[in-house]
Amino acid sequence: MSLIEIHNLKVHYPIRSGFWNRVTDSVKAVDGISFNIEAGETYGLVGESGSGKSTTGKSVVGLEKVTSGQIIYQGQDITQPANRRRLHYNRDVQMIFQDSLSSLNPRKRIEDIIAEPLRNFEHLSKDDEKLRVLQLLDIVGLDADALYKYPHQFSGGQRQRIGVARAVATNPKLIIADEPVSALDLSVQAQVLNFMKRIQQEFGISYLFISHDLGVVRHMCNNIAIMHKGRLVELGTRDDIYHHPLHIYTKRLLAAIPETNVNQRAAHRATRQAVEQAYQDQQARYYDADGAPFPLVAVSPTHFVALPADFAQSLAHAEQEVQA
Amino acid sequence: MATEDSFLTIKDVSTAFKINGQYYDAISHINLTVHHDEILALVGESGCGKSTLATTIMGLHDPDETRITGEVDLEGTNLLQLDENGYNQFRGAKIGMIFQDPLSALNPLKRVEDQIQEVLDYHTTLSTAAKHDRVMELLDQVGIVNPPRTARQYPHELSGGMRQRVIIAIAIACKPDLIIADEPTTALDVTIQAQILDVLRSIQTENHAGIILITHDLGVVAETADRVAVMYAGQIVELGSAEQIFNTPKHPYTRSLLRSMPQLNNESDDLYVIQGNVPSLRRLPTTGDRFAPRIPWVPASEHEATPTMHEVAPGHKVRCTCYRNFTFPDEKGSDRV
Repeated sequence: MSLIEIHNLKVHYPIRSGFWNRVTDSVKAVDGISFNIEAGETYGLVGESGSGKSTTGKSVVGLEKVTSGQIIYQGQDITQPANRRRLHYNRDVQMIFQDSLSSLNPRKRIEDIIAEPLRNFEHLSKDDEKLRVLQLLDIVGLDADALYKYPHQFSGGQRQRIGVARAVATNPKLIIADEPVSALDLSVQAQVLNFMKRIQQEFGISYLFISHDLGVVRHMCNNIAIMHKGRLVELGTRDDIYHHPLHIYTKRLLAAIPETNVNQRAAHRATRQAVEQAYQDQQARYYDADGAPFPLVAVSPTHFVALPADFAQSLAHAEQEVQA
Repeated sequence: MATEDSFLTIKDVSTAFKINGQYYDAISHINLTVHHDEILALVGESGCGKSTLATTIMGLHDPDETRITGEVDLEGTNLLQLDENGYNQFRGAKIGMIFQDPLSALNPLKRVEDQIQEVLDYHTTLSTAAKHDRVMELLDQVGIVNPPRTARQYPHELSGGMRQRVIIAIAIACKPDLIIADEPTTALDVTIQAQILDVLRSIQTENHAGIILITHDLGVVAETADRVAVMYAGQIVELGSAEQIFNTPKHPYTRSLLRSMPQLNNESDDLYVIQGNVPSLRRLPTTGDRFAPRIPWVPASEHEATPTMHEVAPGHKVRCTCYRNFTFPDEKGSDRV
């Protein structure tokens, strides 16, 4: 059984206008997405800004009011507050934010920041609490003297590691990581990603890894969902997405990743421009009449794409022939 | 790529900031040349001084709080000797700058057309009609689909990619010889980033401008740059063509950076992490190799006492001697290069 199942999740924001300020329309930030996260895996959610990926993450952790749909955790729908409490959902699901500085209280010392979730859920004695905080700092590779410092005294990478330490404090089952490394330099990014992987192996945590960086996602994630306009356009294993992409939007995203191979520069640019052209020309084939992605259909047991069934099959066959 | 046709020469430039009454070098002894028709990328992590170099060239520092030495020679004029009025003749006309955050670089109260026209008002004597035509031409050149419509809009009505295109239009309005682009795509999505880089490249070919592209993204560098200068702690540590830097990187820092990128083939392995931290401005080592503390396994005898640039191939220079026998601790004595 999956750790968490998301069924047809929708988050719509009302648009009010007119004399009575009535709801006249809605922004469909997330418009009916479904996926499952298995225990111990890193699930990648990829999309451009405005695709709804962060809204999805926030509604899974409970920071966003869900319009409709279900989030099933241990067989219960946790969009119902009573179920959340009974299952200790708020303890088991934690979050790491993109901007480490604004997610740490500037007036609190690191000890208090990391101990806050412990004080909420664990009720330890003073000595036990301190021991636990020290353990957590050790896990993310920070010294004990960090305890009495304030967030501004740390570098970006260290702050993000403090964010990781706080997220793992309650031994969660799932951590939502919303762009955890996109504000960091390359070498610091490597450090944080390594810590995240190590913690995952040690404690068997699942991650919902939200990112726009397909290079990082490829490094971290086993299963990946590509999001566009509030819906999923393609969903599959790492191999499905990176080596056999079917939807034009996925291909476009992949083609836009800068290559570090200078020798192939011209060829890569030609490919990218060809894909971009195809994306502009073939909107009608890949998106429905309203410009929204189609519902997902399966092309293999792990690989789903948001296209009409016959079109998806023909693309999948063509792809197989190219591979063969 | 002979030195004769370089139009910008940066000679021994150091910029120091005053902190508590004492000056600390943010960049020290930078030597660089920029040629027409080339994109020179400045790469490095935050705090390495790459933006300081850009703002030094543009003369954007407060003279009371900074101490700038050296020479920035743009077609025979030493920019650092100019007063504010003299500088204004160059900024916008000869040098264009593209900033990272397009929203804060645009005036929210002015229409796009007026903002682009402002540069033309200041630096040209064109008639109003000619200016209008030029604005349309510029908007078209940066790939805006409907120039008359966009010209009437305000910045908040535009998407991030469109705003950055407007910024580029302002920067190139007077056909400057030198365009400094400070992290022009960092705030943008990958697909938009690719488009903006294409625009930059096409402008460079059309105007024969030289572009200094400042970025921390090695992928962007590999895709667009002709030459690359890698900076660490206020110094250039490696300089060479894009092929030289990516195919045969020499300096330990360049090699470490390339190694810490998530690669195709090491999907499940740990990423390489450079030991230690980037030194802060006040703790910059003043003697010896500044990168030495981050590669502690390299014996001191490998480093130079005062590291200088060594030419390893035509146009390819590396600071310090420690690159010669450098290996990562987990490599079995074999040099990757």
